[in-house]
Amino acid sequence: MSHALSRISTPSKPVVSVRGLIRNFGNGNVLDRLSLDLQPGSFTALLGRSGCGKSTLLRTLAKLDQAPEGTVQLPEERAAVFQEPRLVPWMHVLRNVTLGLRHPDAEARGLAALAEVGLSHRARAWPLTLSGGEAQRAALARALVREPRLLLLDEPFAALDALTRMRMQGLVETLWRAHAPAVLLVTHDVDEALLLADRAVVMANGKIAADIPIPLARPRRHGDPGFIALRSRLLAELGVDEEHLATREPQRTDARTSGAKPGGYGLPTGAAAAPSL
Amino acid sequence: MTPATAIQKTGRRSRAWTLPAGLRRCAVPLALLVLWQASVGLGWISTRSIPSPSQILTAFWDLAISGELAVHLLVSLGRVSAGLAIGVSAGTVCALIAGLSRRGEDALDALLQMLRTLPHLALVPLFILWFGIGETPKIALVALGTAFPIYLNLFAGIRTVDAKVVEAVSTLGLTRWELIAQVILPGALPAFLTGLRYALGVAWLSLVVGEQINASSGIGYLAMTAREFLRTDVIIVALIVYAILGLLADLIVRLIERSALVWRPAFIKE
Repeated sequence: MSHALSRISTPSKPVVSVRGLIRNFGNGNVLDRLSLDLQPGSFTALLGRSGCGKSTLLRTLAKLDQAPEGTVQLPEERAAVFQEPRLVPWMHVLRNVTLGLRHPDAEARGLAALAEVGLSHRARAWPLTLSGGEAQRAALARALVREPRLLLLDEPFAALDALTRMRMQGLVETLWRAHAPAVLLVTHDVDEALLLADRAVVMANGKIAADIPIPLARPRRHGDPGFIALRSRLLAELGVDEEHLATREPQRTDARTSGAKPGGYGLPTGAAAAPSL
Repeated sequence: MTPATAIQKTGRRSRAWTLPAGLRRCAVPLALLVLWQASVGLGWISTRSIPSPSQILTAFWDLAISGELAVHLLVSLGRVSAGLAIGVSAGTVCALIAGLSRRGEDALDALLQMLRTLPHLALVPLFILWFGIGETPKIALVALGTAFPIYLNLFAGIRTVDAKVVEAVSTLGLTRWELIAQVILPGALPAFLTGLRYALGVAWLSLVVGEQINASSGIGYLAMTAREFLRTDVIIVALIVYAILGLLADLIVRLIERSALVWRPAFIKE
């Protein structure tokens, strides 16, 4: 297994250490003796088809799910951002950000975090009046203000429109550079993983199927030769037939739709949509 | 008829009926009021069955001037307030116990769901035997009737707070009590207020029935004594007072909603 290329050049004590994690719901293991280390300040993308166990792993790291077997070492300072902003609707944005914060200057810290995500002007707004991108930035500020050593991102851009998603990806990269938490980004989007992460972990059947370093220089661009090569490799790991992908839908690299049915892009649209009886 | 003439005809009709919206809505009730006054005035309807609107207005004025109405109104309001205070408190406490803990639900919910199916107004005879004919059975009736809508709505409200938000907040290091006080209870507030509106309706209904138990004061007493003297006008005044009180109570809860639920998009004024 290759080591993560973190910005800290010398390998240090991992900030997250998972050993022999087993979790099962009903039939079959969702996590099957899974082990994973995350280095301080590293940016790791976690990819895999739906149901491969990546969300369960993230929930375990957020302490929202308890695996019955295995050991998990986590830093105290953790924060999570989910696909939905999950803001408390009856608290102002600032109150949402400072919720649970016990510093005496919580308010000032909250305002600073909001300024960092470019949301100062909405500090007193009600969450339900925010746009999708604004709400997700507020959720990022809520995570950031806790100065996490581990930042868990569970498909945080999946519900955003394409332009907002690009801006948010840039914002996350900036924040990661400024604060250097270890980031674990669960995503279905291979391009997103290649733009942001310095390590891609592919999960399959509750195990780590591939652990691929992404030694690309930043800022990264979709057209770079290194980018394209890694993209092919990641897609192959995810079982996506790139030939079909290129001819049928040149823009789509979403592993969620293709992952469920490998080669499904080869079918005419109508046939793919209609269930075969 | 050709389509063209049909369009022309509806067009002409709509032009003829362009009254202000408010007036259009009031037109039918106002017409009925005029018809009512005329029918009684022309002797088509006996005053023993129903008095004319003007007679009702006179009766209302007389009762208001003599201070009689105010006295009875205060007594009725006192009963409703006392009953509501007890009922809402009891309903709230039970809902918190059952809503916030699985053990509390096991202990309380089945029992309360069974009791809820009893029509509480049917308990009047039992209440007279237990509490006599004083103030207690009247207040108890209101309390019993209002506890259930509060319980049911608040319990459901607590249990249906957005689980994803609760989950996200639980990663922020709040204590259990902070989570309850800052997230779960405010999240259940809209349901509680719905329960409160319903409880207020039940409270007036219980009061009407309760005040017919040998009362010596109150709006219900006013109506009962009026019956003895065949004063249909006073009976209708009592009915109207009940209706106005119900409307006012609803208005108050709406105002509370407006200030407590400012975060809801429906109330946000941009």
